[in-house]
Amino acid sequence: MNNPLLEITGVGIEFPTPKGPFCALQNVNLKIHKGEFVSLIGHSGCGKSTVLNIVAGLYQATTGGVVLAGKEVNEPGPERAVVFQNHSLLPWLTAYQNVELAVKRVFKGKKTKAEMKDWIEHNLELVHMTHALHKRPDEISGGMKQRVGIARALAMEPQVLLMDEPFGALDALTRAHLQDSLMEIQKELNNTVIMITHDVDEAVLLSDKIVMMTNGPSATVGEILDIELERPRNRIQLADDPTYNHYRHEVLSFLYEKQRKPDTEAPAKKVQEDENKQSDVA
Amino acid sequence: MTLTNIAMIEPWIKIAKGENVAENIRILLTTLGLPLVGLLVFLMLWQVAASNINTSLGQFPGPVEALDQAKGLVSEHIAEREKAEAFYERQEARNAERVANDPDYVPKIRPYTGKPTYFDQIFTSLITVMSGFLLASAIAIPLGIIIGLSANLYSAFNPIIQILKPVSPLAWLPIVTMVVSALYVSDDPMVPKSFVTSMITVMLCSLWPTLINTAVGVASIPKDLVNVSKVLRLSYLEHVIKIVLPASVPMVFTGLRLSLGIAWMVLIAAEMLAQNPGLGKFVWDEFQNGSSDSLGRIMVAVLTIGIIGFLLDRAMLMIQRRVSWDKAATLR
Repeated sequence: MNNPLLEITGVGIEFPTPKGPFCALQNVNLKIHKGEFVSLIGHSGCGKSTVLNIVAGLYQATTGGVVLAGKEVNEPGPERAVVFQNHSLLPWLTAYQNVELAVKRVFKGKKTKAEMKDWIEHNLELVHMTHALHKRPDEISGGMKQRVGIARALAMEPQVLLMDEPFGALDALTRAHLQDSLMEIQKELNNTVIMITHDVDEAVLLSDKIVMMTNGPSATVGEILDIELERPRNRIQLADDPTYNHYRHEVLSFLYEKQRKPDTEAPAKKVQEDENKQSDVA
Repeated sequence: MTLTNIAMIEPWIKIAKGENVAENIRILLTTLGLPLVGLLVFLMLWQVAASNINTSLGQFPGPVEALDQAKGLVSEHIAEREKAEAFYERQEARNAERVANDPDYVPKIRPYTGKPTYFDQIFTSLITVMSGFLLASAIAIPLGIIIGLSANLYSAFNPIIQILKPVSPLAWLPIVTMVVSALYVSDDPMVPKSFVTSMITVMLCSLWPTLINTAVGVASIPKDLVNVSKVLRLSYLEHVIKIVLPASVPMVFTGLRLSLGIAWMVLIAAEMLAQNPGLGKFVWDEFQNGSSDSLGRIMVAVLTIGIIGFLLDRAMLMIQRRVSWDKAATLR
């Protein structure tokens, strides 16, 4: 392959705390090519979200940097659209208006009003939300909100689509539906995607490449696994597929043998930590 | 208000249709019956207490005397209006006569200068409170947004806000009176000085709830929404208009409702002292007047003040329901 679209080089970040700086990430290196679907997986608190936020420009790396298409990333922007875990739709706007806000911002002067309208409707159609264009977030289900969130991000025509545990807050069935939708969209648009997940099946099913992160503090990239499964992928057929299960096994063994959480023996503490993580994410 | 009205009409219709009669009677008893019982008990207690209190102005007025005084105030108002009308009619007739005799004469209409009736005073009070409240909101909402957006500004302003917030209108009034007298100098003032004094006092006291609630509302906007704004690279102004303002509308309205309640309370005190023609001045004049009717009239004023305060709050609530996207918030 030629030059990568996105290069993360030697990225590290320290957060100031009362007890001195806390090193969350150290020397993270990653190259992502155009059209690649990359998942970041790791235990809670390992800094996956931090990597994503640095790429998004919401956090500033202490060392190293991110280069997207030859330009350094140092602030947020619509070319790196984010799908947040909690949809973060504006609750006072309808699905259509939420997407419209993004489209108006990105395509001001580039598209006519009619073109914008078509573009908004097209993107909501991609995520199968045509039936609820004019409903507000509190009138639709969690899965539908996340669909609108994805439509909003897609509508920005980002160079990289960043997804922060996009399906983490959804129930298993809804999650499966959305994963299928996402694969469908991906087949059509071939976006470059970085997705954070803690779901091994989701990572193997969707990704071209799984980046496994070591435990924090000073987390970094542990292993990178290339997933060479043919597309389109079908979850039911893959369930019995030896290659698929091999990949799953690889990820599971990384997470539970090589990077086993040091305090798994003390379940109470772990639960508490997980809760802390949850509030971090939210 | 509209909601409760609907709730009270619906059961009647259903009973008339013979649908679910027992259940609808129960609904009526709780929504309509219980408040009525409460009101009756209050009126009885008032009557009993009144008959046991003898003041230097005679027996303390019970509900019946108060009602009589209310009727008296209404008929006074009507009589005064008739007098005013007659006054203008006489002037017109005279003017017409003079124009007929002397075509060069430019007719003049002199305004009627009778004393303000009870309803004129209610009207003045409402105008004053609304001006003070609107002025306070016009300052508090933008300032609250600016303070809420910056943690540093918030820290800088917070002590001043906390110190000025509990100050009573009675403490502000002398200062405001002096400052207004010094600065508001005009041969032909658009509005009387007493009005300006009352309005500014109301403004100073009703500023704080809106200011604090707006600042807190703005400061507590979910981080995700702020991130959306950053990803879209909205400018400061766009961020305020598209994200901050709508997101903090529920909190702003909570503040506005508190402010309006305070504004109405403060106004009565301010009018008493500033002698701005209004309900406060009415109460003060009746107190000074000391006739056997005075206490009854003051009781009417007390009830009027209460009812208007309640209606103002309901009006704000209705606007809030209309404007706010957060329908889930309990509004009461």
